[in-house]
Amino acid sequence: MRFQLTEDQRALRDGVRGLLARRFDRTALRAAVDRPGRLDRALWRELGTAGFFALRLPEADGGVGLGLPEAVLAFEEAGRALLPGPLIATHLAAGRVPGAADGETVVAAVDGGGVVEWLAQADVVLGGAEDLEGAVRMRSVDPLTPLHRVPAGLGAPVAVDPVAVLLTAAEQLGTAARACELAVQHARAREQFGQPIGAFQAIKHLCADLLVRVEAARAAVYAAAVTADPADIAAARLLADEAAVRGARDCLQVHGGMGFTWEADIHLLLKRAWVRTRRAGADTESEEMLADDLLSGAGR
Amino acid sequence: MDLSDSPEDAEFRARLRDWLGKVLPTLPPKPSPDDWPGRRAYDLGWQRTLYDAGYADVHWQASPSVRLIFLEETEKAGAPYVGAGFVGLLHAGPTVAAEGTAEQRARWLPPILRGDEVWCQGFSEPDAGSDLAALRTRAWRDGDDYVVSGSKIWTSHAEVADWCELLVRTDPGAPKHRGITWLAMPMGAPGITVRPLRTLAGSAEFAEVFLDEVRVPVANRVGEENDGWRVTMVTLSFERGTAFVGEVVACRRVLGELAREARTNGRWDDPALRRRLGRLNAEFRALWRLTQWNVSEAEATGGLPGVGGSVFKLRYSQARQELYDAAADVLGDVSLDLDHPWVTDRLSSLSYTIAAGTSQIQRNIVAERILGLPKGR
Ligand SMILES: Cc1cc2nc3c(=O)[nH]c(=O)nc-3n(C[C@H](O)[C@H](O)[C@H](O)COP(=O)(O)OP(=O)(O)OC[C@H]3O[C@@H](n4cnc5c(N)ncnc54)[C@H](O)[C@@H]3O)c2cc1C
Repeated sequence: MRFQLTEDQRALRDGVRGLLARRFDRTALRAAVDRPGRLDRALWRELGTAGFFALRLPEADGGVGLGLPEAVLAFEEAGRALLPGPLIATHLAAGRVPGAADGETVVAAVDGGGVVEWLAQADVVLGGAEDLEGAVRMRSVDPLTPLHRVPAGLGAPVAVDPVAVLLTAAEQLGTAARACELAVQHARAREQFGQPIGAFQAIKHLCADLLVRVEAARAAVYAAAVTADPADIAAARLLADEAAVRGARDCLQVHGGMGFTWEADIHLLLKRAWVRTRRAGADTESEEMLADDLLSGAGR
Repeated sequence: MDLSDSPEDAEFRARLRDWLGKVLPTLPPKPSPDDWPGRRAYDLGWQRTLYDAGYADVHWQASPSVRLIFLEETEKAGAPYVGAGFVGLLHAGPTVAAEGTAEQRARWLPPILRGDEVWCQGFSEPDAGSDLAALRTRAWRDGDDYVVSGSKIWTSHAEVADWCELLVRTDPGAPKHRGITWLAMPMGAPGITVRPLRTLAGSAEFAEVFLDEVRVPVANRVGEENDGWRVTMVTLSFERGTAFVGEVVACRRVLGELAREARTNGRWDDPALRRRLGRLNAEFRALWRLTQWNVSEAEATGGLPGVGGSVFKLRYSQARQELYDAAADVLGDVSLDLDHPWVTDRLSSLSYTIAAGTSQIQRNIVAERILGLPKGR
């Protein structure tokens, strides 16, 4: 057992982080917020060229030939940067939908939940009925994720792909880690009563809990990437959802009034985390599945 | 990232499993929780069995991954817990190994390994719990001895211990973290009075220990005089780093039993309860993965267990309490009956967020030492 990142995995993570820092920095993030619902196609192609979508496609098929652990690391970085777009659907379509692997085609998917992300901007929509014209546009809570609601019976029932669940958990993990970093940065810099607020124990303890949730989620998400076991994936999802949602909330609290402004990025972390918790049947489905797992009594 | 056993680890696991399968059916029945001499004999007997089979030093000598496999397999097989051996095997022994002289190691380590001697921990005092460095038990030199007076409290296993890892103040004039010394005190020395304290679970797990001019040889000092705080940090890193790891496996077993009980008594039909158990499954799976992560990290850096132990302890102590609260919900009215083991386990789970450093203290450690937040004034 050597449950740590390998050199190659570290390099891959740093590479994706570097690419996103160059191509999707804070200015780009805020520009995207100002043009809601529009996908940056040039960035999409750049992600394709960098191998983001073809990461797990075999080399023989023109892909990068890596595995789930590497995909998880890449999606964690996407979650940290709040990268918008139907990333998971396009990644899963690589090799199946022409143009998905290299980022020429934008693929959205109906994933078993009642909501479709990026429907109007997608070239191809997978998993639903032939035409999703009955889908109703929502005024999305997240300015960076346009949403449509699919009325019951319109989209055909879709089996949830556990890989999609895992990659969502990876995105949540990245967002949670970002929330923790932002909270700690602010706690060190902001002064009240003549000292950094991070010297106050109430703030210290919020930050410590942020980190504990991130570390627990990280261990669960990485392990699920290694085992690909459906129960491990369900567990990873529950912990990552918790880390991202509570993490963003606590980060907001640490920022005080500034945290409640549109200008601070924290609401973007929280809103995206909320959107992701609704994917693939939401947490209840994972909880039920893990309950059944207890009875099947592998007892590991 | 790799979660599979290396060939050596796989061989160790197979050999251990095989041995456990043979030896466990031959063990005597467990003594009742209130029978302290019986518990001492039982726990030491198990350590002796491990010693004879060559597994006694697994907590000390072996690689962290072997240690993890040992804890996992013994717990899964339902082998006895370290029990009265806890302090000696899991933190006093490792502290002596790391900080003691050759003579001290030769004197104290073999009896711990053979299951001959029990240690207890005399750190806390009535006015020095979280603020451990505020301790006041005094020791002064008289020839080749320290003479110790004062009192300790919440000392687990004090009634049946042979040795006590004792913190004393040797320089009352020094700043409070400086004038402390770490001594090994023989519990049979004249001047020691042990008064059992009843816990909220009704048992006498721990005790008050009164020290009236107890003579402890200077040769029993581990580390330098007045350098005991540093030695104490070594002890605490062992105590928080690896000491609770095996229990996660036990919790996972209990969780499976909870689900089966709920299925039998009809509580399973309640979706809220089912989902709560599902969430606990996620929680304990994650805690196990976190353990594997920390162990791999320790193996990679080759160091002492780090502050990651505080992250683990915070989450684990909370999860353990939630587990037994869920057990109470599964049991319904039976949750009020002390004859059910889950009920006593529920009571003892209440100590986990307090003992070995409270959750608030762990949060301070995480915030200041991992996240680098400033110390409060
Ligand atoms: C079952 C059990 C077994 C034990 N076994 C042993 C043993 O074998 N040997 C031994 O030496 N000790 C032992 N202890 C003692 C244990 O280490 C102490 O109880 C613990 O360190 C807390 O100290 P305290 O009880 O004095 O609580 P206090 O320090 O008085 O704390 C009371 C409350 O105040 C909070 N608090 C205190 N300081 C701070 C702070 N700076 N910031 C925020 N909150 C704070 C605490 O978190 C807690 O909630 C045991 C305790 C238990 C429950």
